[in-house]
Amino acid sequence: MGIFKKPSLKVFGGGKKKDMPEGLWINCPSCGAMLHQLELDENLKVCHKCLHHFTLTAEERIKSVADQGSFQEIDVKLETTDPLGFLDYGEKVKTYQQRTGLKDAMVTGRASISGHPVLVGAMDFRFLGASMGSVVGEKITRAIEIATKERKPVILFSASGGARMHEGILSLMQMGKTSAALARHHAARLPYISVLTHPTTGGVTASFATLGDIIMAEPKCMIGFAGPRVIKETTHQNLPTGFQTAEFMMDHGLVDMIVERKDIRNRLSEILDYLSPAPTGQGRQR
Amino acid sequence: MNIEPLDFEKPIFEIQRQLEQLKRESSGQRLEVEPEIEEIERKLQKTRAEVYSKLTPAQRVQISRHPQRPFMLDYLQHSFQDFVELHGDRHFGDDAAMPSGFARIGNHKVVVTGHQKGRNTKENLHRNFGSAHPEGYRKALRVFRLAEKFGLPVVTLIDTPGAFPGIGAEERNIAEAIAFNLREMALLRTPVVSVVIGEGGSGGALGIGIADRVLMMENSYYSVISPEGCAAILWKDRKKAPEAAEALRISAGDLKELNIIDEVIPEPAGGAHHDHFAAAARLKESVVRQLDELKGQSIDKLLDQRYERLRSYGRLQEAK
Repeated sequence: MGIFKKPSLKVFGGGKKKDMPEGLWINCPSCGAMLHQLELDENLKVCHKCLHHFTLTAEERIKSVADQGSFQEIDVKLETTDPLGFLDYGEKVKTYQQRTGLKDAMVTGRASISGHPVLVGAMDFRFLGASMGSVVGEKITRAIEIATKERKPVILFSASGGARMHEGILSLMQMGKTSAALARHHAARLPYISVLTHPTTGGVTASFATLGDIIMAEPKCMIGFAGPRVIKETTHQNLPTGFQTAEFMMDHGLVDMIVERKDIRNRLSEILDYLSPAPTGQGRQR
Repeated sequence: MNIEPLDFEKPIFEIQRQLEQLKRESSGQRLEVEPEIEEIERKLQKTRAEVYSKLTPAQRVQISRHPQRPFMLDYLQHSFQDFVELHGDRHFGDDAAMPSGFARIGNHKVVVTGHQKGRNTKENLHRNFGSAHPEGYRKALRVFRLAEKFGLPVVTLIDTPGAFPGIGAEERNIAEAIAFNLREMALLRTPVVSVVIGEGGSGGALGIGIADRVLMMENSYYSVISPEGCAAILWKDRKKAPEAAEALRISAGDLKELNIIDEVIPEPAGGAHHDHFAAAARLKESVVRQLDELKGQSIDKLLDQRYERLRSYGRLQEAK
């Protein structure tokens, strides 16, 4: 951070420095532009110069697509039991809980999107890289099960380092659990839209995230199964430019569309218009 | 077969060497060495019992990766009969890391899929070290569909360090190939029995591992990440893999305790590689028994139970 703070002082001059509280200016990691926090927030945390998409918290993400005031969170209090007694995992979880105000890395609930009632979930990358352990898997599964029962679409926003190694085999099994719930939702002919955001990797990519009837990706986000370093070490090959990005996925026919953050809400609603019976009224359930 | 000793087996092999040497030297001579031979044999038994009765998770991982361990096609030869191999995913290629086809086991006609490793460099180049590409998983699903169509149960034999981390694998959507199998296997309308025979490497293992019964050979492991990978992340040091193996709880006994699997299939002392026939006989006995149990059940009930099984995975609580 020190690298860019110095020149910024020169740009704004000594006198102005006092008017700029710490932390209000953010350096875009992609193009280097100085971005004001309030402006960035207004722009859904997208750099207006280079369209770099900053990571959203689960709350911000859901707010960015749900009809105002429509989101009702479920399973708020589910938390891990540290089932393996894995090293300092228990402590780590407490730290992240305090830091984020969340119990784990997933927020789920009922909401409406342009009047379409849906079950929506978003991963929060701040919480242990939004890795999937028992709680993340359970919350996704419950949301899908409710959607199947209430005959509603499911919208899931992924951003994850993959399965959570601290819960060992139980984390791996969440891949099976979430996919099985989707199998029933799918068999009931209900729509599932998966939105891949930066980064979606490992066991999350290899389970619910790639099972969408429709798969959207945010521009330039990293999407992949194996980590690039592992691939390089295993194959001794240079990775192609843009490997494992949304654009790479698009070129290879692996996602339906790349959608800028500001347009996601509209695209979701457009697609839901095709896939769900028309809602009878704004926010009302059918 | 000459068995390569693992590092922790060296004391046993050393005593065996002494014993053989003594026997060789004393052959045709007077009987004075007999007490000595008996003594060494006692020592051998004691050492074997000691070493093999308290194998650490890391040692079991070593056994699970032993190049002389019985692989999928060895089991197909010894536990199964009349294997008819089917090739290709009908889209891109045939994955030699994942042989698939029809076979008989006991009185059951089944569809069988699994990971196949190689025993030497040449074989491993062909089999890609048991790491399948998307084509493997898609071929597997193709034969699962055949099983469903013709009312044959499915047996999968899992033995992979993981799905292949490569450029082509990513380009052809290895993640989706696995995910799709997870979803489709959850509702596959025929009984499925999976056996982890060696390495149960993460998503690459689970991609053919959604089943009504999951069994593990005693010295196999099943894990979300390799102990080496875990150690590299936690301590930036792959050499700490033994600690990681311990913490991750990846051996068959652990998974039984965690209620993830149904049965641990015992192996001959020291591991399946010491006696392929005995290991194959035990696998056959267990798989046939499980298939017998599953055979009479209604498919709808079976699918409900399969769902409940997956549904039960995970440990959580409501925070106060």
